[in-house]
Amino acid sequence: MIMNSLYYQKKLSRNVGDKFFTSLSVFCALIAILPLIFLVTYILIKGGAQITPELFTLEPNPPGDDLDAGGINPALIGTLVITTIASIISIPVGVGGGIYLAEYSNGGPFSKFIRFGVNVLAGVPSIIAGVFIYALIVSTKILFGSMYSGLAGGMALSILMLPTVIKTTDEGLKLVPNELRYASLGIGASMYTTILKITLPTAFRSIATGVVLGIARAAGETAPLIFTALFSYYYIVGFEDLFYEMGSLAVLIYNFALEPYDAQNKLAWAASFILVISILTVNIFSRILAAFTEKTKRV
Amino acid sequence: MEEKLTLFKNRKRFGIEKNIDLIFKNTTLTLSSLVGIVLFGIILVVFFQSFESFSRYGLKFLVTSEWNPVKDEYGAFTAIYGTLVTSLLSLLITIPLGVGTAIFITEDFVPKFVREIVGSFVELLAAIPSVVLGLWAIFVMEPFFREFFVFLHKFFGWIPLFSSEPAGRNSLLAIIILMVMLLPIVTSIARDSLNQVPKKLRNASYGIGASRWKTIFSVILPAALSGIMAGVLLALGRAMGETMAVTMIIGNSNAFSWSLLSPGYTISSMLANQFGEADGSQVSSLFYAAFVLMILSLVVNIFAQWLVKKFSLKY
Repeated sequence: MIMNSLYYQKKLSRNVGDKFFTSLSVFCALIAILPLIFLVTYILIKGGAQITPELFTLEPNPPGDDLDAGGINPALIGTLVITTIASIISIPVGVGGGIYLAEYSNGGPFSKFIRFGVNVLAGVPSIIAGVFIYALIVSTKILFGSMYSGLAGGMALSILMLPTVIKTTDEGLKLVPNELRYASLGIGASMYTTILKITLPTAFRSIATGVVLGIARAAGETAPLIFTALFSYYYIVGFEDLFYEMGSLAVLIYNFALEPYDAQNKLAWAASFILVISILTVNIFSRILAAFTEKTKRV
Repeated sequence: MEEKLTLFKNRKRFGIEKNIDLIFKNTTLTLSSLVGIVLFGIILVVFFQSFESFSRYGLKFLVTSEWNPVKDEYGAFTAIYGTLVTSLLSLLITIPLGVGTAIFITEDFVPKFVREIVGSFVELLAAIPSVVLGLWAIFVMEPFFREFFVFLHKFFGWIPLFSSEPAGRNSLLAIIILMVMLLPIVTSIARDSLNQVPKKLRNASYGIGASRWKTIFSVILPAALSGIMAGVLLALGRAMGETMAVTMIIGNSNAFSWSLLSPGYTISSMLANQFGEADGSQVSSLFYAAFVLMILSLVVNIFAQWLVKKFSLKY
């Protein structure tokens, strides 16, 4: 009987308790991955069924009794245009600011304040960015008298992208070993040559990954666009369209999901399909790339 | 020795190169200060736009729930209450779920690649745009839960929270979709803090005979608590500002009700709904509501950052 204490006893309270909590934790994990599986299946089935060549070329028809909903071409192009504008604004500002934080600042109060500000800005609700741009640009008609415009939408998105870009640049540059900097400065290179030729190229891959993920997140943002870029049913044909209302996939999904007509709802599912597939592809791809980089680094 | 030092002192770069260096430094300095300018800009602009409404209604705005553009009466109590209730309740359910998932990912119940797959699934969930979650909530989740809500009302109707007939779109659905959105945030931050707990602590606990879950509850979770708390606060900030999915499913009604089964409102869904077609003093009142939302999320965020700094692990 004394020997028993050396064997695993199933009925001991600690073992029963352990089993219970282990299964509880497995249960939590199952619940956690369930939504993604459901969501992706539904989008693949419901959205995938709507994919036709016309979807990419036609304008959406205004909601009404006609059964044909048309395509999502303006929204697709609009999303590309608006995210491009946001990137053009936020990438130079973010990378530049990140360079200052990582390379020049020496932990003084200014850099502490900026790092704090970056974190706070990242926590500002996305709709507040829309409200801000509305007050600053839309209601004042400061952009050549245009009110709602693709340009204003891009600016609202750039506010959301800025903290992501600045943070990834800062952190990417911090990972570059100091020896590289010493070597470059030691052979007489100036500070800006060192940064542009040595540190930035070294950190390029991690910065690029972070920026691409930031762009992917911005592409799905809706709240900042609903009263800055608004929505449009018409093709984007020229440069001057930047100053008028512009559609986007995200706002199309929002508007058409709330329509009572089946045709419009289907269009919303199709737009979600395209949006989700592209965002997930970017995410998975960058994840694989990051894992690959890590492996090669260890060798 | 003396001679050599002066030699170095006299060696200079060309003027142009020096200037470029200086210009580059100052450019990056300006760009980084833009973050501060934008942040202050947002706060100032929203505050000044809300000034008209603020001076007219004062703090009464926060406690009355009349929202009537015809009579020019505005109060945002329903929206503020809805924001707090939906975010807090969803967080309350998400915390155990998220921490449980994080424990599953960091412990070795199953082989590593399974855990890695679960981990990346949860993180991919965070990448899904909230408007798509809203679409899914309208067409898939709502029909799925309809029967359950009827049941809930029938048997638990005596609780004020379930006292009304279930509406097609209601606060409880918003809470459920918020849970889906918060889960990845809580899980990934809890996982990071659990991973940071040194292995020594675990080994010491096993060494004196503690079982696995005794170790988790008494050693590992307390050690990771500050990180988890900060993650929870960040998730709370996200939940309060979350707009699209909530707007699409909460029903958007300004009539106040204790019941979660009736339509509700949050500040952000009120903004999303009314901003486009508002004019006159309604715009100012909406800015006031936006200001309240911003202050709420700023306070939560700053508190989270302070918590991280104050209690970050020092092993």
